[in-house]
Amino acid sequence: MALHVIVTAKQVIDPDMPLSAMRTADDARQVVTPATLPPVMNGFDEVAVEAALRLKDSHGANVTVLSVGGQFNLDIIKKPLAMGADALVLCQDAAFADLSDSFVTAQVLAAAIRKIGPFDLLLCGRQASDWDNAQVPLLLAEMLALPCIPLAQKVEVERDCVIVEQLVPDGYDVVEAAPPALVTVSNELGAPRYPNMRNLMAAKRKRPVVWTHADLGLDTADLSARVEILQLRSPQRSRECEFIAAEDGAAAGKKLAATLHDAGLI
Amino acid sequence: MAAGTKVLIIGEKIDGHLSSTTAELLAAGRALLQDLEGQLTVGLIGHDLAAAAAGALEAGAERVCTVDDVLLQDSPAELCLKALAGLCQVAAPEIILFARSAWARELAPRLAGRLGVGLLQDCLEVGIEPDSGCLTALRPVYGGNFLARVRCAVSPQIAVLRSQAYEPLAPDPNRQGDVVPVPVNLDDSQPRVRVVRRVRHEHTGVSLSEARVVISGGRGLGGPEPFRDLEELAGMLGAAVGASRAAVDAGWVPGHWQVGLTGVTVTPELYLTIGISGASQHMAGCSGAKVIVAINTDAEAPIFREARYGIVGDWQAVLPAFMEAVRSL
Repeated sequence: MALHVIVTAKQVIDPDMPLSAMRTADDARQVVTPATLPPVMNGFDEVAVEAALRLKDSHGANVTVLSVGGQFNLDIIKKPLAMGADALVLCQDAAFADLSDSFVTAQVLAAAIRKIGPFDLLLCGRQASDWDNAQVPLLLAEMLALPCIPLAQKVEVERDCVIVEQLVPDGYDVVEAAPPALVTVSNELGAPRYPNMRNLMAAKRKRPVVWTHADLGLDTADLSARVEILQLRSPQRSRECEFIAAEDGAAAGKKLAATLHDAGLI
Repeated sequence: MAAGTKVLIIGEKIDGHLSSTTAELLAAGRALLQDLEGQLTVGLIGHDLAAAAAGALEAGAERVCTVDDVLLQDSPAELCLKALAGLCQVAAPEIILFARSAWARELAPRLAGRLGVGLLQDCLEVGIEPDSGCLTALRPVYGGNFLARVRCAVSPQIAVLRSQAYEPLAPDPNRQGDVVPVPVNLDDSQPRVRVVRRVRHEHTGVSLSEARVVISGGRGLGGPEPFRDLEELAGMLGAAVGASRAAVDAGWVPGHWQVGLTGVTVTPELYLTIGISGASQHMAGCSGAKVIVAINTDAEAPIFREARYGIVGDWQAVLPAFMEAVRSL
């Protein structure tokens, strides 16, 4: 039987957006961007999709992508389908609009994963580029009582065993667990593939499955944030940079060496 | 009987001794207790904890709780989690502090999940909100383009602190306190995640996280070859070589060279960057450097906002002259 791989994915503000385009909302509790600058798929989630598609290439896996939010930009959130994923499930509800809380996000995703049914592997990007909390996958492991392997640079399945190269500070460990297991994927896995024309056309035709809180059997009263955002503000920059001025690059290089030497740094 | 534990510091040991980041957490915990009443406790899990426990008292703890078990020796996550949960049950803290480390990266969020509470990630500063008495923290978000003031809504309140955010207290070898062993039943059942093989990079030269001087290259270097120059320069200065994520993702250098939020955190006296724009993801890994120097063609690059010295120019002109001058020092 083919493997069933679920991948979680999040739509985020483009982290490469010019700083001048980002500002805080009037309540200073969220960041807003002009409508002309669309969101992107979280980069680490794209790498997780890539990990799933490599398993699909080698094992014929069935890949379901899962996201949660108040509203979606379909062009963005359908990108995993265009890369080659088979199905897209969107937990979409006004109650899911404020997703700053990792715990609530994980509660909704856990309910959706239970509803999707049996799977072999749950892949998540190691963190999202907006808040860099790196919490949702680990909370999912707790809520779903799954074996958890964070920070994969390689994911394989062999003879009913998930085998992962797990990054550690000075190298990597080869670890294994019995499916179903949760693995978070790091950028070291490699670049995500570009959509090809065939998958792009297929993705256009595919319709996401959309579930509300009622579909998931969730009581919105239970979705209370564990962490509250009080205020967002721009950081103050205190350091003054002293620019080394010289007639050309070589002279500047020489002067820099003298400056650092005088300061006792080299 | 003394008041119960208010703040529980989750300590770590390195080579048998208390880590410097734990001493930083004790300073943070002491600052919090100026506004609260209760005990400052360090929780240690692992094996052979006596030296680290003594170090914790010296560094400011009023009490140390330990879960000492040979099964915890290689820090298997599931057993560590069980030990931490047992520790929290006995100490019953209102606030739990972790230091941001590879170890805490998995355990702190999972502990929060197990306790059903929130977690303040990557904090630069923690405090007590006067009205509510809640734990609040300041933390960078959106790649450091914004600072968020956040608050835990349920207790116990957990925060993970960035290293170097607090200066350790002066150690006092005469400070006394209880070391309380906490019994936790870590059954020897087969762990669900098994380590089959450990692969470690060969250490050549100075380690990035401990180097006094770090030289990092980025996208602006244009390829893998210029890193040979950086290695040569590093040899002259006794420095370590690092890289930005762009250089790692391009395949120019190995992944463990990466400095940044998702890589190594460095705290050198001198951090010399060449061809690095200074995206805040990168700066998160080097903001503890005493002096940052930037060589970059783009005068608007964010790296110059953090740098003490800068050269706006082409590294191909600057670097050879810089190396020549260093050679003749």
